[in-house]
Amino acid sequence: MTITETTQTAGRKRARANGAIMGVLRFLVVIVTTYFGLLAVTFFIGRVIPVDPVLAILGDRAPAHVVERTRELLGFNKPLYVQFFIYVKDALSGNFGTSVLTTNPVMVDIRRVFPATLELATVGTIIGSLVGVPLGVLAAVKRGSIADQIVRVVGLIGYSVPIFWLALLSLLLFYAKLRWVAYPGRIDIVNEYSFTPTTGLYLIDTLWQRQWSVFWDVFQHIILPASLLGYFSLAYISRMTRSFMLNELGQEYIVAARAKGLSETRIIWGHALRNAAVPLVTVIALSYAGLLEGSVLTETVFAWPGLGLYITNSLQNADMNAVLGGTIVIGSVFIAINILSDLLYRTLDPRTRAR
Amino acid sequence: MSQTLQDPPRALSRREWLMSDRPQSRLQARLGRAYMTWRRFSANRLAVAGLCIIVLLVLLAIFADVLAPHSPVIGDLGGARLLPPGTEGYLLGTDDQGRDILSRLLHGSRLTLLVIILVAIIAAPIGLLVGAISGYAGGWVDAVLMRITDIFLAFPKLVLALAFVAAMGPGIENAILAIAITSWPPYARIARAETLSVRNSDYIAAVRLMGASPLRVVLRHVMPMCVSSLIVRVTLDMAGIILTAAGLGFLGLGAQPPLPEWGAMIASGRRFILDQWWVATMPGVAILIVSLGFNLLGDGLRDALDPRESGQ
Repeated sequence: MTITETTQTAGRKRARANGAIMGVLRFLVVIVTTYFGLLAVTFFIGRVIPVDPVLAILGDRAPAHVVERTRELLGFNKPLYVQFFIYVKDALSGNFGTSVLTTNPVMVDIRRVFPATLELATVGTIIGSLVGVPLGVLAAVKRGSIADQIVRVVGLIGYSVPIFWLALLSLLLFYAKLRWVAYPGRIDIVNEYSFTPTTGLYLIDTLWQRQWSVFWDVFQHIILPASLLGYFSLAYISRMTRSFMLNELGQEYIVAARAKGLSETRIIWGHALRNAAVPLVTVIALSYAGLLEGSVLTETVFAWPGLGLYITNSLQNADMNAVLGGTIVIGSVFIAINILSDLLYRTLDPRTRAR
Repeated sequence: MSQTLQDPPRALSRREWLMSDRPQSRLQARLGRAYMTWRRFSANRLAVAGLCIIVLLVLLAIFADVLAPHSPVIGDLGGARLLPPGTEGYLLGTDDQGRDILSRLLHGSRLTLLVIILVAIIAAPIGLLVGAISGYAGGWVDAVLMRITDIFLAFPKLVLALAFVAAMGPGIENAILAIAITSWPPYARIARAETLSVRNSDYIAAVRLMGASPLRVVLRHVMPMCVSSLIVRVTLDMAGIILTAAGLGFLGLGAQPPLPEWGAMIASGRRFILDQWWVATMPGVAILIVSLGFNLLGDGLRDALDPRESGQ
């Protein structure tokens, strides 16, 4: 190897390293600005839109000196940019103020209710993917058939149905009429204190502590709301799976695999779906984020003690700190999932790896 | 013989005139294009069904006063509370205040239309303007505008709308504003992509050479190019807008009683779901049909206006 060649490779290596660093930097800038924007928007909602946030807390019959004191106590007498600075500083350290309704710090409340939402959305996504992906594959393989049409209509209805209405009707059918599932709520009151909620995910906690009957109870409570959320995400997942699979099935490597004499099952599930799986990961991640949002309405109907119910309860009591804290948390999870799915996509797809 | 060949056929059928690949006038070209689009669109039976649903919705909303058998707001508290569907004079039954559900649904269609039309005329122009400016200007303007767009895209739509309504106070006007604020970013993205694809084309260069100001180029020559894909996207979004509005209404943050908003109607029927199922069920069916209609229409429009994608 001559010297020039060596220097050339070294230069190329350095350029590649620089590129990677620039990529990471750009990534960080995106995260920081997005999070900053999130805080700016919630600050705008909480402090700028209301005519007087103090009056919103105290009501308009509070005596003047109380109003003044509260204003000073909350720092609302300072100029807006100072308030915003303090707001950002507090939010970064996880301090979203105190909830007027529960009198706890908002962050404590959110930590208590968040696992419930997480559990619900996770089970929902699992159901949605387990049903949605095979349906999408089926629709793509039997394109134009009755099966394809049925999958399409099922998906379209999933896009079009008001989820809270479907939740009410399914409660009527599966709980009130058929008695297949448990009543709204997360767990039977009898079982509430029969295990220690270590993770806050009751399914895992009860399974871990071998509380079979409690596990069954929790399962009966979660299955209906999770299935509804699953149906909600199934609509999106099956549609995207179909389109990815159609794309893959038209590729030349499928023809090559057929020519080689591979079985159709192997071609579809082993070759085509494996390639379609990479973009599918992003789709599933995005639908997961969507379920966190969809849970706001579902939780209200199912009295599910999660973040969604917390936000709507706070809304009805004009508890702005709690509403905005919940919004920031859901927004942060959104950002995190977006970033994670992006990273996953890059690691899974060999074409996007640095050559 | 030669004479018959030279003579153009006098009685050109209307269809041939429309399908002509050598249009004589701009009008003919435009009508021809519209005709082709319509043929692609109407070949899709589901899309036509969607269009029918929407047309029906508009007609029902216009003639709600004539069609509704009872008042949507004042009920017969004494004699007609919670009557089941099919009762004499009350086709879909009555609610807890003795109001005819059919009449409320008919009047509620006006609110639904109001919401989607207002959201569309607030959000679409904002998105169009932001996207076109961003794509045409490029550079730091593009970077800043797109970051702002991304920030709004990073928000979960319903939760952001909830927070806005919480700050501004419940009510249908505020719900509309909140939904509009949360729905413009995808339009900006689309408009930007379309702008990027036309900004370097010859006709833009020609307009610029003729001395048009950047504002004129964007408003008169770039933005019209984005409109067709934007219409498709807005139509596809309408179902989502209806669902968000209904969700806000269900949570008591949208239209306030006694307005017959469909989501709020479901919420008020929630208490009777076990014994008087129809009170909550009927408005849900209405929402489902209308948003299904918009989804079908949007799908059909996308396939008709963008033949590249319809192969899939």
